[in-house]
Amino acid sequence: MLAGAPGRPGTATAATPAADRPRPVRRRRTSRSRWALRLVALAYVGVLVALPLGLVLWRTVDQGGAAFLDAITGPEAIAAFRLTAIVAGSAIAINTVFGVGAALLLARYRFRGRRLLDLLIDVPISVSPIIVGLALILAFGWTTGWFGPALRNAGLQVIFATPGMVLATAFVSLPLVVREVLPVLAETGLDEDQAARSLGANAVQRFRRITLPTIRWALAYGVVLSVARTLGEFGAVRVVSGNIGSQTQTVTLLVDERAEQFEPGAYQLSVVLIAVAALCIVIISIIRPHEKK
Amino acid sequence: MAEPPAAGSALGTAPARRHTRPAEDRQRLGPASGTGLGLAVLWLSLLVLLPLAAVVAKGAGAGFANFWAAVTTHQALSAIRLTVLASAAVSLVNAVMGTLIAWVLVREDFAGKRVIEVLIDIPFALPTIVAGLVLNTLYGPHSPVGVNWYASRPGVLVALLFVTLPFVVRTVEPVLLSLETEAEQAAASLGAGPIRTFVRIVLPAIAPAIASGASLAFGRAMGEYGSVVLISGQLPRTEVASQYIYQQIESGYLPDAAATATVLLAISVLVLASLNGLRQWAVSRG
Repeated sequence: MLAGAPGRPGTATAATPAADRPRPVRRRRTSRSRWALRLVALAYVGVLVALPLGLVLWRTVDQGGAAFLDAITGPEAIAAFRLTAIVAGSAIAINTVFGVGAALLLARYRFRGRRLLDLLIDVPISVSPIIVGLALILAFGWTTGWFGPALRNAGLQVIFATPGMVLATAFVSLPLVVREVLPVLAETGLDEDQAARSLGANAVQRFRRITLPTIRWALAYGVVLSVARTLGEFGAVRVVSGNIGSQTQTVTLLVDERAEQFEPGAYQLSVVLIAVAALCIVIISIIRPHEKK
Repeated sequence: MAEPPAAGSALGTAPARRHTRPAEDRQRLGPASGTGLGLAVLWLSLLVLLPLAAVVAKGAGAGFANFWAAVTTHQALSAIRLTVLASAAVSLVNAVMGTLIAWVLVREDFAGKRVIEVLIDIPFALPTIVAGLVLNTLYGPHSPVGVNWYASRPGVLVALLFVTLPFVVRTVEPVLLSLETEAEQAAASLGAGPIRTFVRIVLPAIAPAIASGASLAFGRAMGEYGSVVLISGQLPRTEVASQYIYQQIESGYLPDAAATATVLLAISVLVLASLNGLRQWAVSRG
Protein backbone atom coordinates (compact mmCIF):
# COMPACT_ATOMS: atom_id res chain seq x y z
CA MET A 1 0.00 0.00 0.00
CA LEU A 2 2.62 2.49 1.04
CA ALA A 3 5.69 0.96 -0.45
CA GLY A 4 4.42 1.63 -3.97
CA ALA A 5 4.03 5.38 -3.49
CA PRO A 6 7.37 7.00 -4.26
CA GLY A 7 6.06 10.59 -4.38
CA ARG A 8 7.46 13.40 -2.29
CA PRO A 9 6.08 13.21 1.26
CA GLY A 10 3.15 15.56 1.58
CA THR A 11 2.11 15.58 -2.06
CA ALA A 12 -0.11 12.53 -2.01
CA THR A 13 -2.85 12.75 0.58
CA ALA A 14 -5.41 10.51 -1.10
CA ALA A 15 -4.66 7.50 1.09
CA THR A 16 -5.45 9.24 4.37
CA PRO A 17 -8.57 11.27 5.08
CA ALA A 18 -7.02 14.66 5.78
CA ALA A 19 -9.90 15.84 7.95
CA ASP A 20 -9.27 13.74 11.05
CA ARG A 21 -5.55 13.30 10.54
CA PRO A 22 -3.78 16.36 11.88
CA ARG A 23 -0.38 15.45 10.46
CA PRO A 24 -0.74 13.17 7.45
CA VAL A 25 2.69 14.16 6.16
CA ARG A 26 4.44 12.90 9.21
CA ARG A 27 2.47 9.69 9.45
CA ARG A 28 3.29 8.70 5.90
CA ARG A 29 6.96 9.20 6.43
CA THR A 30 7.16 7.13 9.60
CA SER A 31 5.15 4.39 7.98
CA ARG A 32 7.63 4.11 5.16
CA SER A 33 10.59 3.96 7.51
CA ARG A 34 8.75 1.39 9.58
CA TRP A 35 8.38 -0.80 6.51
CA ALA A 36 12.08 -0.38 5.90
CA LEU A 37 12.84 -1.50 9.47
CA ARG A 38 10.66 -4.58 9.09
CA LEU A 39 12.29 -5.44 5.77
CA VAL A 40 15.80 -5.05 7.14
CA ALA A 41 15.00 -7.28 10.13
CA LEU A 42 13.38 -9.93 7.93
CA ALA A 43 16.16 -9.82 5.36
CA TYR A 44 18.91 -10.10 7.98
CA VAL A 45 17.34 -13.08 9.73
CA GLY A 46 16.39 -14.60 6.39
CA VAL A 47 19.85 -14.42 4.87
CA LEU A 48 21.58 -15.50 8.06
CA VAL A 49 19.26 -18.29 9.24
CA ALA A 50 16.33 -19.15 6.98
CA LEU A 51 18.10 -19.42 3.62
CA PRO A 52 21.01 -21.63 4.76
CA LEU A 53 18.67 -23.87 6.78
CA GLY A 54 16.25 -24.13 3.89
CA LEU A 55 19.04 -25.06 1.51
CA VAL A 56 20.24 -27.92 3.74
CA LEU A 57 16.67 -29.22 4.03
CA TRP A 58 16.31 -28.93 0.26
CA ARG A 59 19.56 -30.80 -0.41
CA THR A 60 18.42 -33.59 1.91
CA VAL A 61 15.03 -33.90 0.26
CA ASP A 62 16.76 -33.76 -3.12
CA GLN A 63 18.94 -36.77 -2.27
CA GLY A 64 15.88 -38.83 -1.52
CA GLY A 65 14.36 -40.95 1.21
CA ALA A 66 16.61 -43.96 0.65
CA ALA A 67 19.74 -41.89 1.13
CA PHE A 68 18.19 -40.42 4.27
CA LEU A 69 17.47 -43.83 5.78
CA ASP A 70 20.90 -45.17 4.80
CA ALA A 71 22.63 -42.23 6.37
CA ILE A 72 20.86 -42.36 9.69
CA THR A 73 20.57 -46.14 10.12
CA GLY A 74 24.10 -47.19 9.18
CA PRO A 75 26.13 -48.85 11.97
CA GLU A 76 28.27 -45.72 12.45
CA ALA A 77 25.20 -43.53 12.78
CA ILE A 78 23.45 -45.90 15.18
CA ALA A 79 26.56 -46.05 17.37
CA ALA A 80 26.82 -42.25 17.29
CA PHE A 81 23.18 -41.78 18.25
CA ARG A 82 23.58 -44.25 21.12
CA LEU A 83 26.69 -42.56 22.43
CA THR A 84 25.12 -39.11 22.13
CA ALA A 85 22.09 -40.32 24.07
CA ILE A 86 24.29 -41.78 26.82
CA VAL A 87 26.56 -38.74 27.07
CA ALA A 88 23.80 -36.13 26.90
CA GLY A 89 21.52 -38.11 29.21
CA SER A 90 24.21 -38.50 31.88
CA ALA A 91 25.24 -34.85 31.65
CA ILE A 92 21.63 -33.67 31.95
CA ALA A 93 20.99 -35.95 34.93
CA ILE A 94 24.11 -34.65 36.69
CA ASN A 95 23.27 -31.03 35.92
CA THR A 96 19.68 -31.40 37.05
CA VAL A 97 20.71 -32.75 40.45
CA PHE A 98 23.50 -30.19 40.82
CA GLY A 99 21.33 -27.40 39.44
CA VAL A 100 18.37 -27.93 41.75
CA GLY A 101 20.68 -28.44 44.74
CA ALA A 102 22.75 -25.34 44.01
CA ALA A 103 19.63 -23.27 43.36
CA LEU A 104 18.12 -24.38 46.70
CA LEU A 105 21.34 -23.49 48.52
CA LEU A 106 21.70 -20.10 46.83
CA ALA A 107 18.05 -19.15 47.29
CA ARG A 108 17.42 -20.35 50.82
CA TYR A 109 20.62 -20.34 52.81
CA ARG A 110 23.16 -17.80 53.87
CA PHE A 111 26.76 -18.83 54.03
CA ARG A 112 30.20 -17.43 53.46
CA GLY A 113 31.07 -17.33 49.77
CA ARG A 114 27.46 -17.45 48.59
CA ARG A 115 28.00 -14.63 46.08
CA LEU A 116 31.23 -16.21 44.88
CA LEU A 117 29.45 -19.52 44.25
CA ASP A 118 26.72 -17.62 42.40
CA LEU A 119 29.36 -16.01 40.20
CA LEU A 120 31.40 -19.18 39.60
CA ILE A 121 28.39 -21.09 38.27
CA ASP A 122 28.34 -18.75 35.26
CA VAL A 123 32.00 -19.34 34.39
CA PRO A 124 31.39 -22.25 31.96
CA ILE A 125 29.30 -19.98 29.70
CA SER A 126 32.25 -17.87 28.73
CA VAL A 127 34.89 -20.57 28.31
CA SER A 128 35.72 -21.81 24.82
CA PRO A 129 34.72 -25.47 24.41
CA ILE A 130 38.25 -26.23 23.22
CA ILE A 131 39.64 -24.84 26.48
CA VAL A 132 37.09 -26.96 28.37
CA GLY A 133 38.50 -30.02 26.63
CA LEU A 134 42.08 -28.95 27.27
CA ALA A 135 41.29 -28.30 30.94
CA LEU A 136 39.80 -31.78 31.39
CA ILE A 137 42.81 -33.38 29.67
CA LEU A 138 45.16 -31.49 31.98
CA ALA A 139 43.15 -32.60 35.02
CA PHE A 140 42.10 -36.16 34.22
CA GLY A 141 44.34 -37.45 31.40
CA TRP A 142 46.31 -40.57 32.42
CA THR A 143 49.66 -39.18 31.34
CA THR A 144 48.86 -35.49 31.18
CA GLY A 145 46.55 -34.77 34.11
CA TRP A 146 46.92 -33.79 37.74
CA PHE A 147 44.75 -36.74 38.76
CA GLY A 148 46.17 -38.93 35.98
CA PRO A 149 48.36 -41.24 38.08
CA ALA A 150 45.60 -41.82 40.65
CA LEU A 151 43.04 -42.59 37.94
CA ARG A 152 45.48 -44.88 36.19
CA ASN A 153 46.13 -46.84 39.37
CA ALA A 154 42.40 -47.20 39.83
CA GLY A 155 42.11 -48.37 36.21
CA LEU A 156 39.60 -45.63 35.50
CA GLN A 157 39.92 -44.07 32.07
CA VAL A 158 38.26 -40.68 31.80
CA ILE A 159 39.92 -38.96 28.84
CA PHE A 160 39.47 -40.62 25.42
CA ALA A 161 36.51 -42.47 26.91
CA THR A 162 32.85 -41.91 27.69
CA PRO A 163 33.31 -40.45 31.23
CA GLY A 164 35.43 -37.61 29.82
CA MET A 165 32.79 -36.84 27.21
CA VAL A 166 30.14 -36.75 29.95
CA LEU A 167 32.30 -34.38 32.01
CA ALA A 168 32.93 -32.13 29.00
CA THR A 169 29.23 -31.98 28.18
CA ALA A 170 28.25 -31.39 31.82
CA PHE A 171 30.82 -28.58 32.00
CA VAL A 172 29.46 -26.60 29.06
CA SER A 173 25.82 -26.95 30.13
CA LEU A 174 26.39 -26.49 33.87
CA PRO A 175 24.56 -23.17 34.45
CA LEU A 176 21.41 -23.86 32.41
CA VAL A 177 19.27 -25.57 35.08
CA VAL A 178 20.50 -23.40 37.97
CA ARG A 179 19.78 -20.18 36.12
CA GLU A 180 16.19 -21.18 35.37
CA VAL A 181 15.34 -22.61 38.79
CA LEU A 182 17.06 -20.06 41.02
CA PRO A 183 14.91 -16.97 40.18
CA VAL A 184 11.69 -18.92 40.77
CA LEU A 185 12.89 -20.23 44.13
CA ALA A 186 14.09 -16.79 45.15
CA GLU A 187 10.76 -15.20 44.29
CA THR A 188 8.69 -17.83 46.07
CA GLY A 189 10.40 -17.57 49.42
CA LEU A 190 10.20 -19.93 52.34
CA ASP A 191 6.74 -19.32 53.86
CA GLU A 192 5.02 -22.40 52.49
CA ASP A 193 8.02 -24.53 53.26
CA GLN A 194 8.06 -23.37 56.87
CA ALA A 195 4.32 -23.88 57.22
CA ALA A 196 4.71 -27.46 56.01
CA ARG A 197 7.61 -27.98 58.39
CA SER A 198 5.56 -26.75 61.33
CA LEU A 199 2.89 -29.27 60.32
CA GLY A 200 5.48 -32.02 60.60
CA ALA A 201 6.46 -32.60 56.98
CA ASN A 202 9.99 -33.91 56.60
CA ALA A 203 12.52 -32.60 54.07
CA VAL A 204 11.67 -35.16 51.37
CA GLN A 205 7.93 -34.52 51.71
CA ARG A 206 8.45 -30.76 51.59
CA PHE A 207 10.62 -31.06 48.49
CA ARG A 208 8.15 -33.30 46.66
CA ARG A 209 4.95 -31.54 47.69
CA ILE A 210 6.02 -27.91 47.82
CA THR A 211 9.33 -27.15 46.15
CA LEU A 212 8.97 -29.41 43.11
CA PRO A 213 5.51 -28.14 42.06
CA THR A 214 6.82 -24.57 42.39
CA ILE A 215 9.86 -25.06 40.22
CA ARG A 216 8.56 -27.67 37.79
CA TRP A 217 8.12 -25.36 34.77
CA ALA A 218 11.44 -23.65 35.34
CA LEU A 219 13.04 -27.05 35.77
CA ALA A 220 11.43 -28.33 32.58
CA TYR A 221 12.66 -25.22 30.77
CA GLY A 222 16.18 -25.71 32.06
CA VAL A 223 16.18 -29.38 31.08
CA VAL A 224 15.00 -28.63 27.53
CA LEU A 225 17.72 -25.99 27.19
CA SER A 226 20.19 -28.61 28.42
CA VAL A 227 18.94 -31.15 25.88
CA ALA A 228 19.57 -28.71 23.03
CA ARG A 229 22.98 -27.73 24.37
CA THR A 230 24.24 -31.21 25.27
CA LEU A 231 23.15 -32.93 22.04
CA GLY A 232 24.95 -30.26 20.07
CA GLU A 233 28.22 -30.09 21.98
CA PHE A 234 31.11 -30.47 19.60
CA GLY A 235 34.40 -28.78 20.49
CA ALA A 236 34.84 -29.96 24.07
CA VAL A 237 33.78 -33.50 23.20
CA ARG A 238 36.08 -33.51 20.19
CA VAL A 239 39.11 -32.74 22.34
CA VAL A 240 38.43 -35.32 25.06
CA SER A 241 37.06 -38.08 22.80
CA GLY A 242 40.12 -38.70 20.70
CA ASN A 243 37.55 -39.33 17.94
CA ILE A 244 38.21 -43.07 17.79
CA GLY A 245 35.96 -44.55 15.12
CA SER A 246 32.55 -45.53 16.34
CA GLN A 247 33.65 -46.01 19.96
CA THR A 248 33.84 -42.37 20.95
CA GLN A 249 32.06 -40.64 18.11
CA THR A 250 28.95 -38.64 18.91
CA VAL A 251 26.53 -37.47 16.23
CA THR A 252 28.11 -34.02 15.95
CA LEU A 253 31.57 -35.56 15.54
CA LEU A 254 30.21 -37.86 12.84
CA VAL A 255 28.64 -34.91 11.02
CA ASP A 256 32.01 -33.15 11.07
CA GLU A 257 33.87 -36.22 9.83
CA ARG A 258 31.46 -36.80 6.97
CA ALA A 259 31.46 -33.15 5.99
CA GLU A 260 35.25 -32.86 6.03
CA GLN A 261 35.84 -36.14 4.19
CA PHE A 262 33.06 -35.33 1.71
CA GLU A 263 31.36 -38.60 2.62
CA PRO A 264 27.60 -38.76 2.14
CA GLY A 265 25.34 -38.48 5.15
CA ALA A 266 26.32 -35.17 6.74
CA TYR A 267 23.17 -33.42 5.51
CA GLN A 268 20.88 -36.23 6.62
CA LEU A 269 22.34 -36.38 10.13
CA SER A 270 22.18 -32.59 10.31
CA VAL A 271 18.51 -32.66 9.43
CA VAL A 272 17.87 -34.99 12.37
CA LEU A 273 19.70 -32.58 14.65
CA ILE A 274 17.84 -29.61 13.15
CA ALA A 275 14.56 -31.42 13.83
CA VAL A 276 15.55 -31.98 17.47
CA ALA A 277 16.54 -28.32 17.82
CA ALA A 278 13.22 -27.23 16.31
CA LEU A 279 11.38 -29.55 18.68
CA CYS A 280 13.23 -27.99 21.63
CA ILE A 281 12.18 -24.52 20.47
CA VAL A 282 8.57 -25.63 20.17
CA ILE A 283 8.58 -27.16 23.65
CA ILE A 284 10.19 -24.03 25.02
CA SER A 285 7.53 -21.81 23.46
CA ILE A 286 4.93 -23.98 25.21
CA ILE A 287 6.73 -23.90 28.57
CA ARG A 288 7.65 -20.20 28.52
CA PRO A 289 4.20 -18.76 29.40
CA HIS A 290 3.89 -21.19 32.32
CA GLU A 291 7.30 -20.30 33.62
CA LYS A 292 6.63 -16.57 33.50
CA LYS A 293 3.51 -16.93 35.61
CA MET B 1 1.35 -1.81 30.43
CA ALA B 2 0.40 -2.22 34.09
CA GLU B 3 3.27 -4.45 35.11
CA PRO B 4 6.54 -4.91 33.29
CA PRO B 5 6.98 -8.49 32.16
CA ALA B 6 9.79 -10.48 33.68
CA ALA B 7 12.97 -10.28 31.68
CA GLY B 8 13.11 -13.21 29.30
CA SER B 9 16.04 -15.52 29.30
CA ALA B 10 16.43 -17.03 25.91
CA LEU B 11 18.34 -20.20 25.34
CA GLY B 12 21.68 -19.79 27.03
CA THR B 13 21.41 -16.08 27.65
CA ALA B 14 22.18 -15.08 31.20
CA PRO B 15 18.83 -13.95 32.57
CA ALA B 16 18.49 -10.29 33.33
CA ARG B 17 16.37 -10.93 36.39
CA ARG B 18 18.32 -11.79 39.48
CA HIS B 19 17.08 -12.91 42.83
CA THR B 20 16.29 -9.84 44.84
CA ARG B 21 15.38 -11.37 48.17
CA PRO B 22 16.78 -9.68 51.24
CA ALA B 23 19.43 -11.74 52.95
CA GLU B 24 17.60 -11.88 56.30
CA ASP B 25 15.07 -14.31 54.85
CA ARG B 26 17.71 -16.92 54.28
CA GLN B 27 18.29 -19.71 56.77
CA ARG B 28 21.49 -20.82 58.42
CA LEU B 29 23.00 -24.02 57.09
CA GLY B 30 21.93 -27.20 58.87
CA PRO B 31 23.78 -30.54 58.78
CA ALA B 32 22.00 -31.71 55.62
CA SER B 33 22.26 -28.44 53.72
CA GLY B 34 25.85 -28.08 54.91
CA THR B 35 26.70 -31.44 53.39
CA GLY B 36 24.87 -30.41 50.23
CA LEU B 37 26.93 -27.26 50.00
CA GLY B 38 30.09 -29.27 50.49
CA LEU B 39 29.13 -31.63 47.67
CA ALA B 40 28.16 -28.79 45.34
CA VAL B 41 31.44 -26.98 45.92
CA LEU B 42 33.39 -30.21 45.55
CA TRP B 43 31.71 -30.98 42.22
CA LEU B 44 32.17 -27.46 40.93
CA SER B 45 35.84 -27.61 41.91
CA LEU B 46 36.45 -31.00 40.32
CA LEU B 47 34.60 -30.23 37.11
CA VAL B 48 35.36 -26.55 36.54
CA LEU B 49 37.80 -24.87 38.88
CA LEU B 50 40.63 -27.39 39.17
CA PRO B 51 40.73 -28.20 35.43
CA LEU B 52 40.79 -24.49 34.56
CA ALA B 53 43.49 -23.97 37.17
CA ALA B 54 45.41 -26.81 35.51
CA VAL B 55 45.31 -24.88 32.21
CA VAL B 56 46.72 -21.73 33.78
CA ALA B 57 49.30 -23.75 35.74
CA LYS B 58 50.40 -25.57 32.59
CA GLY B 59 50.61 -22.33 30.64
CA ALA B 60 52.57 -20.53 33.34
CA GLY B 61 54.47 -23.60 34.52
CA ALA B 62 56.96 -23.50 31.66
CA GLY B 63 58.18 -20.09 32.79
CA PHE B 64 57.45 -16.62 31.51
CA ALA B 65 59.91 -16.76 28.62
CA ASN B 66 58.31 -19.91 27.22
CA PHE B 67 54.82 -18.56 27.84
CA TRP B 68 55.66 -15.38 25.97
CA ALA B 69 57.32 -17.30 23.15
CA ALA B 70 54.26 -19.54 22.82
CA VAL B 71 51.69 -16.75 22.58
CA THR B 72 53.76 -14.48 20.34
CA THR B 73 54.44 -16.90 17.51
CA HIS B 74 53.17 -15.53 14.23
CA GLN B 75 50.35 -18.06 14.08
CA ALA B 76 49.23 -17.61 17.69
CA LEU B 77 49.24 -13.83 17.40
CA SER B 78 47.33 -13.86 14.16
CA ALA B 79 44.72 -16.28 15.59
CA ILE B 80 44.26 -14.18 18.73
CA ARG B 81 44.11 -10.95 16.73
CA LEU B 82 41.53 -12.36 14.32
CA THR B 83 39.44 -13.69 17.21
CA VAL B 84 39.43 -10.42 19.14
CA LEU B 85 38.78 -8.24 16.08
CA ALA B 86 36.10 -10.53 14.67
CA SER B 87 34.39 -10.76 18.07
CA ALA B 88 34.43 -6.98 18.44
CA ALA B 89 33.02 -6.52 14.93
CA VAL B 90 30.35 -9.14 15.59
CA SER B 91 29.30 -7.46 18.85
CA LEU B 92 28.99 -4.12 17.06
CA VAL B 93 26.87 -5.57 14.25
CA ASN B 94 24.76 -7.36 16.88
CA ALA B 95 24.32 -4.18 18.90
CA VAL B 96 22.80 -2.48 15.84
CA MET B 97 20.95 -5.36 14.18
CA GLY B 98 19.88 -6.97 17.46
CA THR B 99 18.37 -3.71 18.68
CA LEU B 100 16.64 -3.22 15.34
CA ILE B 101 15.19 -6.74 15.40
CA ALA B 102 14.10 -6.39 19.03
CA TRP B 103 12.43 -3.07 18.16
CA VAL B 104 10.57 -4.66 15.24
CA LEU B 105 9.49 -7.61 17.39
CA VAL B 106 8.16 -5.39 20.19
CA ARG B 107 6.77 -2.36 18.38
CA GLU B 108 5.64 -3.73 15.02
CA ASP B 109 2.93 -6.17 14.10
CA PHE B 110 3.02 -7.81 10.70
CA ALA B 111 2.90 -11.22 9.08
CA GLY B 112 6.66 -11.72 8.91
CA LYS B 113 7.07 -11.11 12.63
CA ARG B 114 6.23 -14.69 13.55
CA VAL B 115 8.84 -15.90 11.09
CA ILE B 116 11.50 -13.81 12.80
CA GLU B 117 10.24 -14.94 16.21
CA VAL B 118 10.68 -18.60 15.24
CA LEU B 119 14.04 -18.16 13.50
CA ILE B 120 15.69 -16.06 16.17
CA ASP B 121 16.17 -18.89 18.70
CA ILE B 122 17.44 -21.42 16.17
CA PRO B 123 21.12 -20.43 16.51
CA PHE B 124 20.96 -21.23 20.25
CA ALA B 125 19.28 -24.59 19.78
CA LEU B 126 21.23 -25.72 16.72
CA PRO B 127 24.44 -27.72 17.23
CA THR B 128 27.36 -25.51 16.22
CA ILE B 129 28.76 -28.01 13.73
CA VAL B 130 25.37 -28.13 12.00
CA ALA B 131 25.36 -24.33 11.93
CA GLY B 132 28.77 -24.49 10.27
CA LEU B 133 27.59 -27.06 7.73
CA VAL B 134 24.45 -25.10 6.98
CA LEU B 135 26.39 -21.86 6.39
CA ASN B 136 29.05 -23.63 4.36
CA THR B 137 26.33 -25.00 2.10
CA LEU B 138 25.02 -21.54 1.23
CA TYR B 139 28.20 -19.47 1.52
CA GLY B 140 30.80 -22.15 0.78
CA PRO B 141 32.52 -23.57 -2.33
CA HIS B 142 29.35 -25.14 -3.76
CA SER B 143 27.14 -22.16 -3.11
CA PRO B 144 24.10 -21.99 -5.37
CA VAL B 145 24.10 -18.19 -5.11
CA GLY B 146 27.73 -17.86 -6.16
CA VAL B 147 29.02 -16.44 -2.87
CA ASN B 148 32.16 -18.26 -1.88
CA TRP B 149 33.33 -17.27 1.57
CA TYR B 150 35.02 -20.60 2.21
CA ALA B 151 38.42 -20.12 3.85
CA SER B 152 37.93 -16.37 4.05
CA ARG B 153 37.40 -13.91 6.86
CA PRO B 154 33.85 -13.00 5.78
CA GLY B 155 33.06 -16.71 6.24
CA VAL B 156 34.31 -16.59 9.82
CA LEU B 157 32.30 -13.42 10.45
CA VAL B 158 29.10 -14.94 9.08
CA ALA B 159 29.53 -18.00 11.30
CA LEU B 160 30.04 -15.80 14.37
CA LEU B 161 27.09 -13.58 13.45
CA PHE B 162 24.92 -16.68 13.14
CA VAL B 163 25.70 -18.11 16.57
CA THR B 164 25.47 -14.75 18.35
CA LEU B 165 22.24 -13.58 16.67
CA PRO B 166 19.87 -14.05 19.63
CA PHE B 167 21.93 -12.42 22.40
CA VAL B 168 21.16 -8.72 21.91
CA VAL B 169 17.64 -9.39 20.63
CA ARG B 170 16.72 -11.40 23.71
CA THR B 171 18.29 -9.03 26.23
CA VAL B 172 16.84 -5.85 24.68
CA GLU B 173 13.37 -7.25 23.99
CA PRO B 174 12.10 -7.43 27.61
CA VAL B 175 13.43 -3.96 28.44
CA LEU B 176 11.75 -2.50 25.37
CA LEU B 177 8.53 -4.28 26.32
CA SER B 178 8.51 -2.76 29.78
CA LEU B 179 9.24 0.74 28.48
CA GLU B 180 6.35 3.21 28.77
CA THR B 181 5.63 4.97 25.50
CA GLU B 182 4.39 8.18 27.15
CA ALA B 183 7.76 9.88 27.12
CA GLU B 184 8.14 9.09 23.43
CA GLN B 185 4.70 10.48 22.66
CA ALA B 186 5.49 13.60 24.65
CA ALA B 187 8.76 14.05 22.74
CA ALA B 188 6.99 13.53 19.43
CA SER B 189 4.25 16.01 20.34
CA LEU B 190 6.95 18.55 21.18
CA GLY B 191 8.22 18.19 17.65
CA ALA B 192 11.07 15.70 18.00
CA GLY B 193 11.50 13.50 14.94
CA PRO B 194 11.52 9.71 15.23
CA ILE B 195 15.31 9.50 15.15
CA ARG B 196 15.72 12.21 17.76
CA THR B 197 13.06 10.57 19.95
CA PHE B 198 14.81 7.22 19.67
CA VAL B 199 18.26 8.60 20.46
CA ARG B 200 17.13 10.82 23.34
CA ILE B 201 14.34 8.77 24.97
CA VAL B 202 14.57 5.09 24.02
CA LEU B 203 18.29 4.55 23.60
CA PRO B 204 19.29 5.65 27.14
CA ALA B 205 16.74 3.22 28.58
CA ILE B 206 17.86 0.22 26.55
CA ALA B 207 21.58 1.01 26.39
CA PRO B 208 22.49 -1.19 29.39
CA ALA B 209 20.63 -4.10 27.84
CA ILE B 210 22.34 -3.55 24.48
CA ALA B 211 25.73 -3.42 26.17
CA SER B 212 24.94 -6.52 28.17
CA GLY B 213 23.78 -8.46 25.11
CA ALA B 214 26.75 -7.28 23.07
CA SER B 215 29.19 -8.45 25.76
CA LEU B 216 27.49 -11.82 25.86
CA ALA B 217 27.89 -12.00 22.09
CA PHE B 218 31.52 -10.95 22.41
CA GLY B 219 32.22 -13.65 24.98
CA ARG B 220 30.54 -16.28 22.85
CA ALA B 221 32.35 -15.23 19.68
CA MET B 222 35.72 -15.26 21.49
CA GLY B 223 35.35 -18.96 22.28
CA GLU B 224 33.44 -20.11 19.22
CA TYR B 225 34.74 -23.23 17.51
CA GLY B 226 32.17 -25.60 16.02
CA SER B 227 30.49 -23.23 13.60
CA VAL B 228 33.80 -21.87 12.30
CA VAL B 229 35.56 -25.20 11.68
CA LEU B 230 33.99 -26.10 8.34
CA ILE B 231 33.85 -22.68 6.71
CA SER B 232 37.26 -21.35 7.76
CA GLY B 233 39.10 -24.04 5.86
CA GLN B 234 41.71 -24.40 8.64
CA LEU B 235 44.11 -21.97 6.98
CA PRO B 236 46.48 -19.93 9.15
CA ARG B 237 44.92 -16.72 7.80
CA THR B 238 41.40 -17.65 8.86
CA GLU B 239 42.14 -19.63 12.01
CA VAL B 240 40.44 -18.44 15.20
CA ALA B 241 42.08 -18.89 18.60
CA SER B 242 40.05 -21.99 19.49
CA GLN B 243 41.15 -23.69 16.27
CA TYR B 244 44.75 -22.80 16.94
CA ILE B 245 44.54 -24.24 20.46
CA TYR B 246 42.90 -27.40 19.12
CA GLN B 247 45.74 -27.86 16.65
CA GLN B 248 48.34 -27.45 19.37
CA ILE B 249 46.52 -30.06 21.48
CA GLU B 250 46.37 -32.48 18.55
CA SER B 251 50.06 -31.98 17.86
CA GLY B 252 50.84 -32.68 21.51
CA TYR B 253 52.11 -29.18 22.34
CA LEU B 254 50.09 -28.97 25.53
CA PRO B 255 52.11 -26.16 27.21
CA ASP B 256 51.71 -23.98 24.09
CA ALA B 257 48.01 -24.78 23.89
CA ALA B 258 47.66 -23.92 27.58
CA ALA B 259 49.52 -20.64 27.15
CA THR B 260 47.23 -19.46 24.36
CA ALA B 261 44.22 -20.75 26.30
CA THR B 262 45.33 -18.71 29.32
CA VAL B 263 45.41 -15.54 27.22
CA LEU B 264 41.95 -16.31 25.85
CA LEU B 265 40.66 -17.10 29.36
CA ALA B 266 42.06 -13.83 30.69
CA ILE B 267 40.14 -11.93 28.02
CA SER B 268 37.00 -13.92 28.85
CA VAL B 269 37.35 -13.14 32.56
CA LEU B 270 37.68 -9.44 31.73
CA VAL B 271 34.52 -9.63 29.64
CA LEU B 272 32.62 -11.46 32.39
CA ALA B 273 33.77 -8.93 34.97
CA SER B 274 32.78 -5.96 32.84
CA LEU B 275 29.47 -7.65 32.08
CA ASN B 276 28.80 -7.98 35.78
CA GLY B 277 29.82 -4.37 36.29
CA LEU B 278 27.43 -3.28 33.57
CA ARG B 279 24.62 -5.31 35.08
CA GLN B 280 25.14 -3.68 38.47
CA TRP B 281 25.41 -0.25 36.86
CA ALA B 282 22.12 -0.90 35.06
CA VAL B 283 20.48 -2.05 38.29
CA SER B 284 21.75 0.96 40.24
CA ARG B 285 20.25 3.22 37.59
CA GLY B 286 16.96 1.47 38.24
